[in-house]
Amino acid sequence: MITVIDLGISNVGSVGRALDHLNAAHKISQLRSDIINAEKLILPGVGSFSEGMNRIRQLGIFDLLRDRTLIEKIPILGICLGMQLFASEGEEGGLTKGLNLVEGRVCYHRSAGLGFRLPHIGWDEVYYEDFKLFDSITNNSCFYFVHSYELLVNEPVTLAFTNYGVTFTAAVQKENILGVQFHPEKSQMVGLKLLENFCSDRF
Amino acid sequence: MLRHRVIPLVLLDGYSVVKTIRFDVRRNLGNPIVVAKIYNARNVDELILLDIDASKENRGIDLQTVGSVASECFMPLTVGGGIKTCDEIARTLKAGADKVALNSVIFENPNFLFDAVSTFGSQCIVASLDVVKSSMGEYSLYSHARKKNSFSLKDCLSFVIAAKVGEVLLNNVDRDGTMFGYDINLIKYVKSQINIPLIVAGGASSPHDCTQAIKAGASAVSAASIFHFTSITPLLCKEDMHSHGIPVRI
Repeated sequence: MITVIDLGISNVGSVGRALDHLNAAHKISQLRSDIINAEKLILPGVGSFSEGMNRIRQLGIFDLLRDRTLIEKIPILGICLGMQLFASEGEEGGLTKGLNLVEGRVCYHRSAGLGFRLPHIGWDEVYYEDFKLFDSITNNSCFYFVHSYELLVNEPVTLAFTNYGVTFTAAVQKENILGVQFHPEKSQMVGLKLLENFCSDRF
Repeated sequence: MLRHRVIPLVLLDGYSVVKTIRFDVRRNLGNPIVVAKIYNARNVDELILLDIDASKENRGIDLQTVGSVASECFMPLTVGGGIKTCDEIARTLKAGADKVALNSVIFENPNFLFDAVSTFGSQCIVASLDVVKSSMGEYSLYSHARKKNSFSLKDCLSFVIAAKVGEVLLNNVDRDGTMFGYDINLIKYVKSQINIPLIVAGGASSPHDCTQAIKAGASAVSAASIFHFTSITPLLCKEDMHSHGIPVRI
């Protein structure tokens, strides 16, 4: 069973519908018990970094998420803000400590300084290197992005990249910890394939 | 490179899909769920669903319809129509929308825009602006109360930028449903005033119109009539854009 964590500010419905479409057994929940019993976790997220961390603390799942992923090593997929919350800290909404699963910081997208329009909204190419999450997905396929902030990592966990003025992190993997900046649940067939890969026994 | 989007626009009168001409004369086109299914099968970039009677009738868009449409599409869905509170935004998102388009409320309660952006983030809020051209050639905002709006287009654009909305959806009322082509001067003007993604709607008659709108500064083109009433598909529009060197997702 996959637990899709509902922070109350996320598009959990879209993720749920994509998993329904894939016939992947899942539960959308914010209960500790559903996180304790999950075989895999998905952390979707829309909204600001500080608000996302607030919700995690209010739900009392900060330590639980770290224990389940760092000690028990169950697979977790962070989507958009969900991936950003893996970082050590984030700047959006005031400097805030993150889940610290991945060493790095979430900053306003560097493309802003180059005159690019933000938010980075729309379909953009993702280039990946040897990454099981992208099995059977043609390299440089387009995925749907909606974000103004990016994850700057301090360890070599970026396995997929996108260029928007600068080359930035589109997806990460650190053992069982996976994250994507784009929205696979909104990326038509390639996105569904990526979710299917995460649900499969590859992870 | 970021792709330029072609976004079918689906207008509702409450429950049925309709298509207007200059926001007035209407034709009924049936069930929105069927329409959404077709667009999903056509692998479109995004979908915009607007209930054009909601504000006038002082109600919200039917969330069951939003939910049914959302379950047919694995692409981004922007929903608008009568949304006036953060609670309504939350319910619309829960029903399956990814972004909400705000229109009337911008004029009725301007401060609300700031609340909406701070609660849901810029990426979630689309300012939907209906523009008309006066006989003097000046652009102003169309009000659904059928009165002229006191906001000038310039002031309105600076206001929505200050409120940090994520995108502007520009509807050209004079061209709506006419298939006379997009108003290129209007697009150029709006582009010169804002630095956020701009979606343009109103008047598309051919794939090449879409190419010209992008060249004039639009980030994305939206259209209804050409997809409802002609054999032109979003893909044909993208192929024309592609052949003119515009990056699209094909």
